[in-house]
Amino acid sequence: MEYETVIGLEIHAELATMSKMFCGCSTYFGGEPNSRTCPVCLGHPGSLPVANAKAIADSILLALALDCDITPRSIFHRKNYFYPDMPKNFQISQYDVPLSSGGQIVIDVGDRTRTVRITRVHLEEDTGKSIHVGESGRIHGAEHSLEDFNRAGIPMVEVVTEPDLRSPEEARVFMQLLRSTLEYLEISDCKMEEGSLRCDANISISADGVLGTKVEIKNMNSFRALFRALTYEEERQRFLLRDGGTVIQETRHWDEGAGKTHPLRTKEEAFDYRYFPEPDLVPLEPDPRFVAELKSGLPELPRARMMRLVEQYGLPEDISVMLTGEKALADYFERAVETGQDPVELAKWIAGDLVAMLKESVVPIRHCPLEPRGLGELVALVAQNIISGKMAKDVLREAYETGKGPKEIVDSKGLAQIDDAGRIESVVAEVIAENPEAAEDLRNGKEQALKFLMGQVMKKTRGQANPEMASEMMKKSLR
Amino acid sequence: MSIIFADALTISDMIKARKISVREVLEEFFGRIDEVEPRVHAYINLSREEAYLAVEGLEDELLRGADAGPYAGVPIAVKDVLSTRGFPTTCGSRMLEGFVPVYDATAVERIKAAGTIMLGKANMDEFAMGSSTENSYFGPTRNPWDLERVPGGSSGGSAAAVAAGEAPWALGSDTGGSIRQPAALCGIVGLKPTYGLVSRYGLVAFASSLDQVGPMARTVRDCAGLLGVIAGHDPNDSTSISAEVPDYLEGLTGEVKGLRAGVVKELSSEGIDADVLSLFKAGVDKLSDMGIECEEVSLPSFSYGLSAYYLIAPAEASSNLARFDGVRYGYRSPEEHEDIWEMYDRTRAAGFGQEVKRRIMLGTYALSAGYYDEYYAQAQKIRTLIVRDYGRAWQNFDVLVSQTSPSTAFKLGEKTSDPLTMYLSDICTIPVNLAGIPAISLPCGLSDGLPVGFQVMAPPLEESKLLNVAYALEREVGFEALPPI
Amino acid sequence: MAVTIEDVEHVAKLARLALAPEEKQTLSRQLSDVLEHARVISAVDTTGVPPTSHALPLVNVLRDDVVRPSLDRDDVTGNAEWAENGAFKVPRII
Repeated sequence: MEYETVIGLEIHAELATMSKMFCGCSTYFGGEPNSRTCPVCLGHPGSLPVANAKAIADSILLALALDCDITPRSIFHRKNYFYPDMPKNFQISQYDVPLSSGGQIVIDVGDRTRTVRITRVHLEEDTGKSIHVGESGRIHGAEHSLEDFNRAGIPMVEVVTEPDLRSPEEARVFMQLLRSTLEYLEISDCKMEEGSLRCDANISISADGVLGTKVEIKNMNSFRALFRALTYEEERQRFLLRDGGTVIQETRHWDEGAGKTHPLRTKEEAFDYRYFPEPDLVPLEPDPRFVAELKSGLPELPRARMMRLVEQYGLPEDISVMLTGEKALADYFERAVETGQDPVELAKWIAGDLVAMLKESVVPIRHCPLEPRGLGELVALVAQNIISGKMAKDVLREAYETGKGPKEIVDSKGLAQIDDAGRIESVVAEVIAENPEAAEDLRNGKEQALKFLMGQVMKKTRGQANPEMASEMMKKSLR
Repeated sequence: MSIIFADALTISDMIKARKISVREVLEEFFGRIDEVEPRVHAYINLSREEAYLAVEGLEDELLRGADAGPYAGVPIAVKDVLSTRGFPTTCGSRMLEGFVPVYDATAVERIKAAGTIMLGKANMDEFAMGSSTENSYFGPTRNPWDLERVPGGSSGGSAAAVAAGEAPWALGSDTGGSIRQPAALCGIVGLKPTYGLVSRYGLVAFASSLDQVGPMARTVRDCAGLLGVIAGHDPNDSTSISAEVPDYLEGLTGEVKGLRAGVVKELSSEGIDADVLSLFKAGVDKLSDMGIECEEVSLPSFSYGLSAYYLIAPAEASSNLARFDGVRYGYRSPEEHEDIWEMYDRTRAAGFGQEVKRRIMLGTYALSAGYYDEYYAQAQKIRTLIVRDYGRAWQNFDVLVSQTSPSTAFKLGEKTSDPLTMYLSDICTIPVNLAGIPAISLPCGLSDGLPVGFQVMAPPLEESKLLNVAYALEREVGFEALPPI
Repeated sequence: MAVTIEDVEHVAKLARLALAPEEKQTLSRQLSDVLEHARVISAVDTTGVPPTSHALPLVNVLRDDVVRPSLDRDDVTGNAEWAENGAFKVPRII
């Protein structure tokens, strides 16, 4: 039996417009419940929707970035179902004539690439939020719920892929690339934890090329959860099939705490959405010139930039992927390159130490206290052998924390590397004299001893001895 | 000299000429309301306090010579389907009993800006579903011409109020004939504008692609005046037309010679009362007398209009009325509920009346999986055929004519046992809504003491032509009878 | 095309309406009548005829992405006595 995992994703991203999709209420996150609502997004009798031009433009931009065709005439549809977070008990969405369709995006997984076809990108409105009141605060076992409609009506773009993904890892890589793409286009905050980026998955196992029954997985609230949930579900289905069982078509809920998926049992049955064209809105016919303008205004997209950085600067691919994951980070790198320092070195510093410090202090790259030219300065100091690589780490941290330039720090603290052969020679001699056992060990070939002795040299020179020089001298003396 | 049967524009002139104070005008109308309301029940809620408060300020303004609007001080009744800020809006339903909107409908804003004073919210069939106003949760309205009979619906309250002298004019709404049919049954004038001419913002939706707000008054001229106040683009309504609004009053020249009128064959066949038909034909003769060429024309798709309407309208309504669920406003079932699904089911069962429930069920069924293509989609295609039939007709005719209603006012309870019988009352008015064209009903005579309505239809956005033909006919007919109440 | 009691029950669930047994009977009959009457349209040949979902030829009616004032909290919950701290309280969902 040849089993193959087949995954398709359905992603919802909230667009970062100032006002809601069909009314002028602010989309700003948070605030007291129902403080950003009006008759339209509360579904008051007699209220009517008017579409947000920027939301439409943003959706078209995303569709173009995903290589989709823009539908010449698309319409809105009503998706009818009852739920307490729905102000009208129908959602204005798109159905068989969506804004765009037929695109694709390429992802890199390990040393392979995978082309993922995009079925469609369309626009719809978000629902309100239910706060469940009960012991656990979760929907199961709640006593009652409280409805907040601040989120109701925020524009959302829905991206649906063909079932072209073949592993949980591919799904994760795809989501990360999509997130980066949204970020590059500056149309969404895409924070999975805040709910502005959501993902549902359809997963099935095909046996010997025969497509399996697909199961829908919901409630994956981070990239990690997506990976874990799909990994679990893949295994569950494979074991089921291997043991002769059948996979039931159902919707399953990912339980992060338990690390499993359960079938979702609600009283909301019969998902007959009774779609019909929204009579309160008129069709959209995007002007081809406007679309062409948007297309030519597309920024360099994440994967293209990743490949260019590899090509242009000789970066290792994994580092380039890391840097181009966030546009601002890649921008930082390219500004640092302008200092003339070695791009690969710069990249390593950014992808390693700098990103770690940003993460630790929860600071976004655009607010990084160290400017790109400051990083260039640091790399120059290392390149000129004024400080060692190890010393540079400390200097970087100080520069980050104090805002002082690296050169200033090195000068003021006298941290410049000691290259004076004479000086080093005398320190080496001192250390050997003070540590006869270790010296003897090294004479006898124990490499461990070198490490210890070097440590002593660094201690005496406050880490400033040129490590290569000191090490050479040490070995020479003891051979 | 009582002004309760004077037309609105005359009252407006009198106020401007200081022949009567705005307070006196109100007193006259509230006096009449107090006298006949117990028998007619045209209103659900009266806004007496608010009205007197409004005229206090108005008196001062007028004294100062300030511009208080073209119809300052003229009272008006507003169908309770239009949202009025700070004043209850019930749509004739228990579901919205006590509901107080937080905003004004655009049409309401505009009549306020014109200086009119609202007397109250007029009775109606629940959520505008009905042809007799017997479906109101608050009890039926009675026809001022015969209190045992219906005023028509769903704008029965508005029609009866104007007919009985309880308001000089009113706002109504029309989805399948709800302005025109009650206007016909109550002997007044009622106009449904081109779809999109008057903003639907604040009009509680029944069938979104068919609903329109329109004027109801004693004369064609009054209708023209009121239309001019409410018509015009509204950025809050995506289906609102941007075209320039002409001066409808200026267009009333009475010159109609040489125009061509088509008498719709499919609407003059079976099912029409003999008396109604003969008064309609007399009306057609009068058109000829005025130099209008009248000829029979066939619009075959009209035979399917009723069926298409009773699939499209309930389908849209089933979706529009889904918002009434006891979560954010309106009626909520007071019992203890196991869960929200029970709350929804019980709230909606108790909050809606039988006709509304019936249409919600019909509409939900027509849209449901497996039936969409056969019912809803097919009905929308019939609609295209109707639009095309009209399109062909407009190539040879300036207006089309028919009687407004197959019968005069029927007795209360006469048609309530079988929904289909009631639905047939709309047979002459429905095609107009499906095509989105404008149409007007005006009285053309009495049959056994009950008014008969004459319907004129025109191409989209040709209200001026429509009103002018009606204006000329109105003069020829010379309908001056008043209800016995 | 008869509308059965089962059909009525299914549709009532979609429409969230609690119906008494007599109501179900009546509706089954009445809906069947209306749909039977409406069936006349099934016989009409509509091949190649597009549906009219919008009576107007309007397209691209849009508004600028500008923030407008929202409602006061009192206006939001003023028609809901069951509101709690500005949020709408509802019975449990599951």
